Amino acid sequence: MIESADKRRLDGEFTELYRAHLRDVYSYSYYRVGNHHDAEDLTEQTFLQAYRHFERAQRESDGRPLRPWLIRIAHNLAANYYRDRSRKPQTQLEDAAVVSAPHDTETLVAGRQELKDVLVGVSNLPDDRREALIMRFALGMDNREIARALDRSEGATKVLIHRAIKQLEQELEGTGNG
Amino acid sequence: MAEMGDVEALLRSALVPVEPSEALSDRLQRGLSEITDLAVEELADWEISTMRDPRNWGPTVAAVVAGGVAAGGLVVLSARQRRRNRGSGPLRSLEHGMKEVSSDLRGRMRR
Repeated sequence: MIESADKRRLDGEFTELYRAHLRDVYSYSYYRVGNHHDAEDLTEQTFLQAYRHFERAQRESDGRPLRPWLIRIAHNLAANYYRDRSRKPQTQLEDAAVVSAPHDTETLVAGRQELKDVLVGVSNLPDDRREALIMRFALGMDNREIARALDRSEGATKVLIHRAIKQLEQELEGTGNG
Repeated sequence: MAEMGDVEALLRSALVPVEPSEALSDRLQRGLSEITDLAVEELADWEISTMRDPRNWGPTVAAVVAGGVAAGGLVVLSARQRRRNRGSGPLRSLEHGMKEVSSDLRGRMRR
């Protein structure tokens, strides 16, 4: 049985978790589904799921950060999303990065194309490679966190990221951005 | 030929964190508050009912009323969510929703 004081403490800690990682979950969702509408749904569902299992996750985490657990929930929900809808991520991601930084007109035009090519390249990678890159670069997760989120060893994660970057590099060479 | 470092720099520029809209933050914050409020009120209700002390009947009634208000909010939220899911449909099969969360909590409280 959950005591009232425990419940309040858990709720308070969940609120902290939510505030600390809303942007992470949203960013991950956005780069997975490629549009804001579905990213919002995915984020909402992720936190609902997380709330349901928060007590157990906390108990089993041994004090380790819960961000990989949260991202793993989003990852599983996103996988179901594609399975149910039989569709692939959209590539309309340009508004995320390109709009975020000020540039002069010339570099803006060149930069936009370059970043678009990178995003298209990322979206064309195999699922596990794409997800690892999103976690590393959009969320700033280290190998250990990514390994936990993807349920892999740290060594396997390091190799995965290396191969993802190599593959992207080769694709960009093909587009003239290498 | 591109160096790994170049590609990593490009990735850092391309994959920037994306800020959620304020509307989403507000909606989530409200939804979570509604769930936790409901659970706390129900828990209070449960605790009081186990005391079987007529002097606590007043608070019990207050808890039930407050719980009813929170539950009303929950139903609205669930209905909104169902509506959105009907419209977009992407996560319909995943929908566990607020009601299920609250029944989950009820079960845990009664264990």
